[in-house]
Amino acid sequence: MTTQMFGAPIKRKEDPRLVTGGGRYLDDLGQNALAAAFVRSPHAHARVVDIDVTDAIDVDGVVAIYTYEDLTGKVAEPLPLLIPHPTLTHGRTGYPLAKEEVNHVGEAIVMVVATDRYIAEDACQRVRVDYEQLPVVVGIKAARDGAHLVHQDAPGNIAAHMVQENGDVEAALASAPHTITLDLSIERSACMPMEGKGVYARWNSEDGELRIYSSTQTTTGVRAAVAAKLDLPLAKVECIAPDVGGGFGVKIMHPWPEEVLVPWAARLLDTEVKWVEDRREHFISSAHERGQLQEVTVGFDDEGRVLGLDVRFWHDNGSYTPYGIIVPIITSTQLLGPYKPGAYRCEFWSLYTNTVLVTPYRGAGRPQGVFAMERTMDAIADYLGIDRAEVRSRNFILPEEMPYDHGLLFQDGRPLKYDSGDFPASLDKLKKLVGWDDFEAYRTQAELEGRKVGLGIGCYVEGTGVGPYEGGHIIIETSGRVNVATGLTTQGQGHQTAFAQIVAQELGVRLEDVHVTTGDTRKMGYAVGTFASRAAVMSGNAIALATRNVKAKALRIAADALEVAEDDLEIVNGVVQVKGAPTTSMPLGTVAVLSNPLRYAFDDAAKAATQFAGTFDPDKPPVADDEEPGLEGRDFYSPTQATFANGMHAAIVETDPVTAEITILRYCVIHDCGTMINPMIVEGQVHGGVAQGVGGALYERMAYDESGQLLNASFMDFLMPYASEVPHIEADHLETPSPLNPLGIKGAGEAGCIPVSAVIASAIEDAEGFPITSMPISPVELWELRQRHEAGEIPSLRHPHPAPHTTSPNQEPTA
Amino acid sequence: MSDMTTDQATEQLHHVTVHVNGVPRSASVPARRLLSDFLRHDLALTGTHVGCEHGVCGACTVLVDGQPMRSCLMFAVTAQDHQVTTVEGLCSAPDARPCATGERMNPVQQAFAECHGLQCGFCTPGFLTTITAYLDENPSPSEEEAREAISGNLCRCTGYQNIVKSVLRAAEIRTERQAENDSDAAGDAQVEAAARHTPSVNGKERA
Repeated sequence: MTTQMFGAPIKRKEDPRLVTGGGRYLDDLGQNALAAAFVRSPHAHARVVDIDVTDAIDVDGVVAIYTYEDLTGKVAEPLPLLIPHPTLTHGRTGYPLAKEEVNHVGEAIVMVVATDRYIAEDACQRVRVDYEQLPVVVGIKAARDGAHLVHQDAPGNIAAHMVQENGDVEAALASAPHTITLDLSIERSACMPMEGKGVYARWNSEDGELRIYSSTQTTTGVRAAVAAKLDLPLAKVECIAPDVGGGFGVKIMHPWPEEVLVPWAARLLDTEVKWVEDRREHFISSAHERGQLQEVTVGFDDEGRVLGLDVRFWHDNGSYTPYGIIVPIITSTQLLGPYKPGAYRCEFWSLYTNTVLVTPYRGAGRPQGVFAMERTMDAIADYLGIDRAEVRSRNFILPEEMPYDHGLLFQDGRPLKYDSGDFPASLDKLKKLVGWDDFEAYRTQAELEGRKVGLGIGCYVEGTGVGPYEGGHIIIETSGRVNVATGLTTQGQGHQTAFAQIVAQELGVRLEDVHVTTGDTRKMGYAVGTFASRAAVMSGNAIALATRNVKAKALRIAADALEVAEDDLEIVNGVVQVKGAPTTSMPLGTVAVLSNPLRYAFDDAAKAATQFAGTFDPDKPPVADDEEPGLEGRDFYSPTQATFANGMHAAIVETDPVTAEITILRYCVIHDCGTMINPMIVEGQVHGGVAQGVGGALYERMAYDESGQLLNASFMDFLMPYASEVPHIEADHLETPSPLNPLGIKGAGEAGCIPVSAVIASAIEDAEGFPITSMPISPVELWELRQRHEAGEIPSLRHPHPAPHTTSPNQEPTA
Repeated sequence: MSDMTTDQATEQLHHVTVHVNGVPRSASVPARRLLSDFLRHDLALTGTHVGCEHGVCGACTVLVDGQPMRSCLMFAVTAQDHQVTTVEGLCSAPDARPCATGERMNPVQQAFAECHGLQCGFCTPGFLTTITAYLDENPSPSEEEAREAISGNLCRCTGYQNIVKSVLRAAEIRTERQAENDSDAAGDAQVEAAARHTPSVNGKERA
């Protein structure tokens, strides 16, 4: 047997190259390209009255300067609204360069192209723009008030208003023994990949062809969008993602203004043009996410079972909606987590503000939804004096209830129907891992030492692997080298390794012979992109199916050549051999030779493959009727619905009694993403997600002032966690395979960050004894909450520190 | 990139020679040319990455005379006549060894590959140079010291868990290779001693 590859913690194939300086990121390419730089709006809301480039055009080395007036054809039209939705009644997108009005600080107004970036920036500083300032809308409350409008034709600043419901929530709440209402809020953060965006375009005037390199999460998307904008046939445009230094969602948005303008300028100037985003640009002209105000009313019985859940929330979508309302739709559906909500209604308003636009950031609306639901679960537990884990357990969807249909539509427009998961088993594992039942003893001991500690919990379900499809293509060379291509892109997920593991396992070849290419439209033109924890599910399965096709073909050809039955053959370490009689065999490379009869002999393999070599049957064509030349296979995977991964986290925090400093003492994760291709990579994904979650819970926020200036637009002031801020993460896995796809995979990319704000809020609340309703939380904010609590402005919890519940659910609660 | 403006006139260029990875490298550059841009764009050593341009993230860290420095905070002209080591240069360290695919890796590079210490790889060169210099000063750090040692570099992918592991593993590999070098040196000395008595043995070939 070939060594077990699928499921093994194989070391990554990409690492020797990346650790030795061999990576090829966007700015490593195009060393001789012209450089683009942008004049960006210093105002959050203004009319552009006049642009004077006179001084700039004289700078030595400047090649061209463009304003909106210079844009031609479809480039002068608004950027596309990528994901329309019937409830997005007032969707708005910007122009590649601002036309008359700017709607956030950082919006591009002028593009300068010069011989190098230093000079392009010199010229930018000499461009004079006159503005007439307009009233600025910052923050959800200002947007909701509607006193001032971001877009004059979007009344109330409302981009979208959506309601989804299942059951009669009013009746359920009216008849529920208990109801509580929570007002919650969660702040903005952002993806902040270490490499910003970037695009490098080469116009080839001889062939009339455009090649685009972009630090993107979707090359097929960028290719199609740019071809449409530039009025080029798709066949004349190719797009390649080189090594990409992190994405986390921001690079799935496309086309960014620069992705249209740089190729447009490259064609116009008949040359190569490159733009590499600097860090300040990334803060003020990419995208943020997370900001919501939420109001939750829940009705429940004496045992803490939810009977009705009524959620209203207001979502800050920034100045434009090019990516539609995917984020709030996900919040409204994924909020439900592993629970049965009884009757459910969710109503949201997606609102414009004069800030950077909002598009998915790892978790994509789920962290907000989970925050709402988990704060609610803790509130029910406190109201009744029941253990928090117990309340959750009483509301779980049980394994025997799978598949479970919530009666709602998910972000892909398909039913929100969970495929798998064992929530009681996950909770059980989590409680053991964190020592849930022993925590009160630990707390008592800590209190004796004058320390305040708290235990928090958060559970989530994550719809992953949404469609519509991905593809896999395999071609085996006569050397035995196996080339694999899939169209979605890679930003550090180790696809070159994980996908190679699938092929090595399915085909029976050595891992080192498998070479995977992602995100190159020359190799695979049909693809969607990398987002929604979908790469392993979608491309993994597509590649497995393609491998099965190529394997079947290889066995067919080899069986014919070896004069044995196909069923008697197996492939081991790249050699097709007879089961039990491995001396009757043929390397896959030889099968590749046989699959492709040639006329010309240009090397030894080709010599063996000429139509004049060996014996042949004059009655048969060189390529059989139903075959194609070449040992090649292709297939696509297109599911009817998303898979649903899940997980549960718990944390122990300590809050300093004097300074209110918050320290995470332990962080525990139980994670179920179905079958794991490479547990080492899955764990790495979880680690990274938790770290981003910790950043969002305790450190990161977008500090806009009332005039719409982002005050902390640098790594100096936006507090991304260093190693000193991220706790040691204890992770364990549960593997409940998805029944929906051949490999049983559910997807893992986003999981780690989803419940972290909920978990940390839960733990701080437990330590402090009063409700935590707003995240992130800094020591200063916690200190102020303590003052307000002492002043009686914030109530205490009703039942601080209830003992862990060990009775069965059908017994009466002890409260 | 730089925010500095310049006069209309063509900028004065300065001839700069920097010893990069043991080799003197020269270029004529303006005074404001950042060392990071000099390495990446004038010398085409693109292994050094720029993540924030103001010395916070550490991705651009190189060793200047053996000390970690943020190359985005230095001008190329100030590196004149100094020794600069980039991530590419770590591969030719005496304790670098070839891996299965042929790349030579020093103990820190090897440890990152073994421990899944990187995901997208963009911040990695800055960690590698930082840790290489750190282990020269503290060859056997505790886990806490390892975490402290990397606390000046930002990574957005890994949550640092496996980078801490990589530091500890790198220390082990470093010790192992040190021992190999010592025994090789001892072996060489023996061979040389033997060679003095029996001239037919070729010490160099054995090494």
